[in-house]
Amino acid sequence: MEALDLARWQFGITTVYHFLFVPLTIGLGVFVAGLQTAWHRTGKAHYLTLTKFFGKLFLINFAMGVVTGIVQEFQFGMNWSEYSIFVGDVFGAPLAMEALLAFFLESTFLGLWIFGWDRLPKRVHLATIWAAAIGSNLSAYFILAANAWMKHPVGYTVVDGKARMTDLWAVLTNSTAVAQVPHVVGAAFVVAGGFVIAVSGYRILRERRAGNGADARTWRSGLRAALVMTAVAGAVVAGTGDMSAKLLHEQQPMKLAAAEGLRHDESGAPFSVVPGVEIPGLLSLLATNDPGAVIQGADDIQRRFAAEFGPGDYQPNMPVVFWSFRVMIVFGMATVGLSLLGLWLTRKRRRGGERPLPAWFARACLLALPLPTLAVIAGWLLSEIGRQPWTVAGELLTAASVSPGVSLTEVAISLAVFTALYGVLAVAEFALLARYVKAGPQEEPAVRQGQDDDDSPALQPTLMY
Amino acid sequence: MELTTVWFVIIAFLWTGYFVLEGFDFGVGMLAPVLSRSEPERRQVLTTIGPVWDGNEVWLITAVGAMFAAFPAWYAGLFSTFYLPVLLVLAGLIVRGVALEWRGKVATDRERSWCDLAIFAGSALPAFLWGAIFAAVLTGSGPAAIVGGVFALALCLLHGAVFLALRTEGPVRRRARRAALTASLAAVPTGVAALSAIPAGGSPLLWAVALAAMAALASAVAFAWRRREGWAFAATAGAIALGTAALFGALWPEPLPGLTVTEAASAPYTLGVLTWIGLIALPFVMGYQGWTYWVFRKRVASAPLSKVG
Repeated sequence: MEALDLARWQFGITTVYHFLFVPLTIGLGVFVAGLQTAWHRTGKAHYLTLTKFFGKLFLINFAMGVVTGIVQEFQFGMNWSEYSIFVGDVFGAPLAMEALLAFFLESTFLGLWIFGWDRLPKRVHLATIWAAAIGSNLSAYFILAANAWMKHPVGYTVVDGKARMTDLWAVLTNSTAVAQVPHVVGAAFVVAGGFVIAVSGYRILRERRAGNGADARTWRSGLRAALVMTAVAGAVVAGTGDMSAKLLHEQQPMKLAAAEGLRHDESGAPFSVVPGVEIPGLLSLLATNDPGAVIQGADDIQRRFAAEFGPGDYQPNMPVVFWSFRVMIVFGMATVGLSLLGLWLTRKRRRGGERPLPAWFARACLLALPLPTLAVIAGWLLSEIGRQPWTVAGELLTAASVSPGVSLTEVAISLAVFTALYGVLAVAEFALLARYVKAGPQEEPAVRQGQDDDDSPALQPTLMY
Repeated sequence: MELTTVWFVIIAFLWTGYFVLEGFDFGVGMLAPVLSRSEPERRQVLTTIGPVWDGNEVWLITAVGAMFAAFPAWYAGLFSTFYLPVLLVLAGLIVRGVALEWRGKVATDRERSWCDLAIFAGSALPAFLWGAIFAAVLTGSGPAAIVGGVFALALCLLHGAVFLALRTEGPVRRRARRAALTASLAAVPTGVAALSAIPAGGSPLLWAVALAAMAALASAVAFAWRRREGWAFAATAGAIALGTAALFGALWPEPLPGLTVTEAASAPYTLGVLTWIGLIALPFVMGYQGWTYWVFRKRVASAPLSKVG
């Protein structure tokens, strides 16, 4: 066991964990902003109810996204100092831009939104949640541009053993990022949509059992909105997934070969559904639009890499990449399928009026919570394990990226601290979310309306503290 | 000015923003259990930082991101060298952030007291450790690191106390003033001791800044004594800003032993484009953050306990 191994485990654990919360921040922020906009436009009370209810769930989750994100920014320096020194000139730029252009926006305006309900004019207050939501989405762009550079480095030269940026625009418009941003952000909206679908399904069942038909209608409107969001975002994810496959063929052939379990260069390569079940020519078709094209196989790439970069093992963990790919596709598709089914079941009657939502579907909605989350985790495993053994493709090996001065003991302590802390917080977060979902919307205490320009002290905010 | 120098100054500025802003919310986090005697008072205290603490913390994220981009070797060297202290800072920031957001949403007194503990520890740990880490970089000595840590901790307590005196009313405001005077008993002597971290042969300008920081600290105590709350807060903010300036002045040109800023710096292209981005974005950021403070400028009262979300 080396410090390298534990540092990798720590990065994997803390990153996957961080990304449990990030999609909800990205997608749910926009969803809540949309609900508040609907309330602002129509004045219908149930939109306000939903805004505050999902707003509260959003905030419980937001805190976790923020604090686990801080770890990510320090971790490069702590565990991966050689990597940081090599890439900082290029990789650091989008990170600094993310903080300056996105995090400030997100954090500052979210503070205004939480505490501004009875302090800001309605229109300005609405603008604050949009500013925060835009901040979250901008931050996704910058971090994904940085991440894309690791897999497909562009706009740089190497001078004295360090990457030097030559073109920021090339880094920000990297083809890999252009495909990855809508794919990952779209997936975040699928996760957030799935979360709302699951919560709404649960609330509908509960309100019905309690005989509250009117309340069930409130949830139905939230459910419909989430179904639309999930289906649209799902289409974006599928489309950009196809784009990514074509880019993999050009830029990261080893990852493509691992994802398909393809050992040898093959023309008219088949798509392997599961080991042993193959669809002839489909992989070539997906990767190049030509069913007869040659796709590189992992063992042949290994030989070429060894010739180019010297002896070594250039293959990632093949089974993990292979199965992650399948989990991602199946669970992702299942979520989108569920949302399409829901849209069909809740379609308007030709003569107007609503169809009753079948109870079995309300129960099935609960699946929309775990399915897309697992799909997203699998997607990251595919993407990042498939990149190994490189941290920067063709430039820097993971083994050469680790901090030389950090001992095994230190990394072990840090891994233990994060794992324990994150474990406890996961339980607390889940319990807190579950409690609020179960309780449903709470009556807000009466708040003073409008702007106060008098000198009386501020009241407690209504949403928290 | 040369780009490397510009970026060193920008990073010093970002750390200054961080210490000045999060300095008082660390102080408030530590003082909350001491200054509030009931649940409404506890919420009164925490509400003073509620809308702003997260935005304040982004100054740290930005400072560190800027170090990564502009001085990769400084960033990597600092955090891999001070590995376990930085780990503790992160653990503190994690439990603190979550507890601040969750405190109003948990249901039982027991859960709330867990949050209070996390807010306290998560404020005290980073406040102490940042002081200790930078003192250790400057002096390389363990005892000096502890003095630096205690100084930072006491300064945050003082800064937080005068902030609370400025932002609250009622009994909390009176107790906050007393707490400020008590905190100054630790802040002033450790501050004087911290002066020894500045090299004797340092430039006169560096000494002038460091002594100005001490003068600001002394005037903060005087203002707090005379109940000039606004001036006292301005003075503690000034003391922290000048103190941070002195710290970074002392770190120039070797932010880590044996590593010069020139060796650590990114290439001129990166520094150049980032300068433009920073110069355009920072005024906006400071503008809307300033507006937040304006929106929530009123003193916070202790509201009767009502069922709030």
